[in-house]
Amino acid sequence: MQNPSRKPALDEAEVAKFDRLAADWWNPKGSMAPLHKLNPTRLAFIRAQAAARFGFGETALRPLAGRRALDIGCGAGLLSEPMARLGATVVGIDPAPANIEAAKRHAAEAGLAIDYRREELADTLAAGDRFDLVLASEVVEHVPDVPSFTAECCRAVAPGGLLVMSTLNRTLKSFALAIVGAEYVLRWLPRGTHDWEKFVTPRELAEAIRAGGLESSEPTGMVYDPLRDSWRLSGDASVNYLISATRED
Amino acid sequence: MNEHPRRVDVAIAGAGAAGLALALAIHRDSGGALRVAVIDPAPDRMIRPGRAYAIAGAARRFLDRIGVWNALAPQAQPVWRMRITDSRLRDPVRQERLAFAAADEPLAHILDESVLLAALRSAAADLQIRPIAAGVAALHSSAAVIHLDLSDGGRIGAALLAAADGARSPSRDLAGIRTVGWDYGQTGLVAEVAHERDHGGEAVQHFLPDGPFAILPMTDRRSSIVWTDSRANAEVMLALRADDLAEELDRRFGAELGSIRLATPLAGFPIRYQVARAFVGDRVALVGDAAHVVHPLAGQGLNLGLEDAEALSARIIEAARLGLDAGDPQALARYERGRRAAAVAMGVTTDLLNRLFASDATPIRLARDLGLGVVDRAPELKDFFMRRAAGHSAMV
Repeated sequence: MQNPSRKPALDEAEVAKFDRLAADWWNPKGSMAPLHKLNPTRLAFIRAQAAARFGFGETALRPLAGRRALDIGCGAGLLSEPMARLGATVVGIDPAPANIEAAKRHAAEAGLAIDYRREELADTLAAGDRFDLVLASEVVEHVPDVPSFTAECCRAVAPGGLLVMSTLNRTLKSFALAIVGAEYVLRWLPRGTHDWEKFVTPRELAEAIRAGGLESSEPTGMVYDPLRDSWRLSGDASVNYLISATRED
Repeated sequence: MNEHPRRVDVAIAGAGAAGLALALAIHRDSGGALRVAVIDPAPDRMIRPGRAYAIAGAARRFLDRIGVWNALAPQAQPVWRMRITDSRLRDPVRQERLAFAAADEPLAHILDESVLLAALRSAAADLQIRPIAAGVAALHSSAAVIHLDLSDGGRIGAALLAAADGARSPSRDLAGIRTVGWDYGQTGLVAEVAHERDHGGEAVQHFLPDGPFAILPMTDRRSSIVWTDSRANAEVMLALRADDLAEELDRRFGAELGSIRLATPLAGFPIRYQVARAFVGDRVALVGDAAHVVHPLAGQGLNLGLEDAEALSARIIEAARLGLDAGDPQALARYERGRRAAAVAMGVTTDLLNRLFASDATPIRLARDLGLGVVDRAPELKDFFMRRAAGHSAMV
């Protein structure tokens, strides 16, 4: 599956790290609790961007019917399942075998048909697959080569399609909050989940997306509100942020 | 037996008013995209007339939105005025503490339970929502589904179980959610009476020492009485012969409505305050009396239950628009935050009202007679009834 002459798209140690976490993915109170907390907020962003791109109303419950979606680094399916419920035909890819196992089991229980594959994005692209909606959420901070990974994400987007990426900014604040705060003080995340050096600034990401031939939007921040114990979209992109990008018809 | 849908989005235990309203709301709000199943051991049980409900503005608008108000309206008596008195039975004149009239919309509508339930059942049938005649025997949760074992041997998987099966909710118990509360030592007595004169759309609440006595106007020169008395007194009343009972009622009614007679037998139920320790659990949400039982003196029990149904449906639809399932923990947490606050506030308020008025204890009565108690509180009290009547419950 891997092409040895190519620079590896994935860091083996990162893959192994997530493999160990797979069992706990769907426990909203487990080690992935912060991701569960974050999920409605990033879903609201994805829905709003998709509504603008594909033209559907606020109340539609299956607005993505007839659309193909690709969830890159799908984990156990926290985004793939909502996309399927919204009507999309979903392919979820993840390099960690345990994630794919957990994702398949959960989708079967939930009665959702999702095509989960243990493969890398390059393999998906090589098969010629292109998608109306491509998601790469909380993934770029785990890959060794951001520009080439982002270029691959862009290639997966069909004409007229939409790309949504979300990640962590490389700022002093994100170091304090995401590493020291979330991993060490609050113990939200297992220690070693993130490596601050790999965090990507919105400018770097936007640049990589433009190089991939897509038109990218301004970043939108996601901030945690400790009083409500929930996240919301914000103009403050200094820690968590989302970027959407579109491909011309 | 196994013609049940095996998999639904929301399984609703209990085909009472709150459960059926929830089923209708989810069906309407999702345009039929979310599948519901209603489960009740006796979904078609006969409801004898005699127990009336005061439907507040918010609840009426909700019933309208889910398509049942048109059928109810002809049998719903609008309340245009409310009068509250504070007296002992032997007082020759009932001192009026508060009286107020409705501004633009009625303070409430009074409706018999049997009428409400019939309308909800027929609306559900119109949408092909046919309750499954079975009880919930066991629950098993897994990461994506809650499985219900039914008493008829059937099995249903759901993203969410809405427990709307009453104050003694078996499904709440199966979910391991405990309740706290206390017994008031009072019994609620309800009946419908027919009377000679027209009530003019006026509701009356006499705060008698052993508990409040409410006269709620109904259509066709009838009124519903909701009468709270000490358990000992109530047992005496329930055992009385009809003519003796009529005499007792006369003493409490006052003379305004002319001669009266019982149109339905007097029925009694214990009065308690009960609130569940949690309104939600893993893939479980409590709705209506399963979540909270409040003192009936402000007539708010059913309204709270309908507000629960409306709020839960809204949270489920919000989650669905994000592609999240009906049991999404954050949606349930939001439901709980809103409804628990509303139920506890209502419980505390009605409890305070009951303690304030339903007392023959000399210091309290003296304080009231001196104008230190009730009169000082009158604006708040008026505010409370008016706000509830208009349905300004910000909690939905």
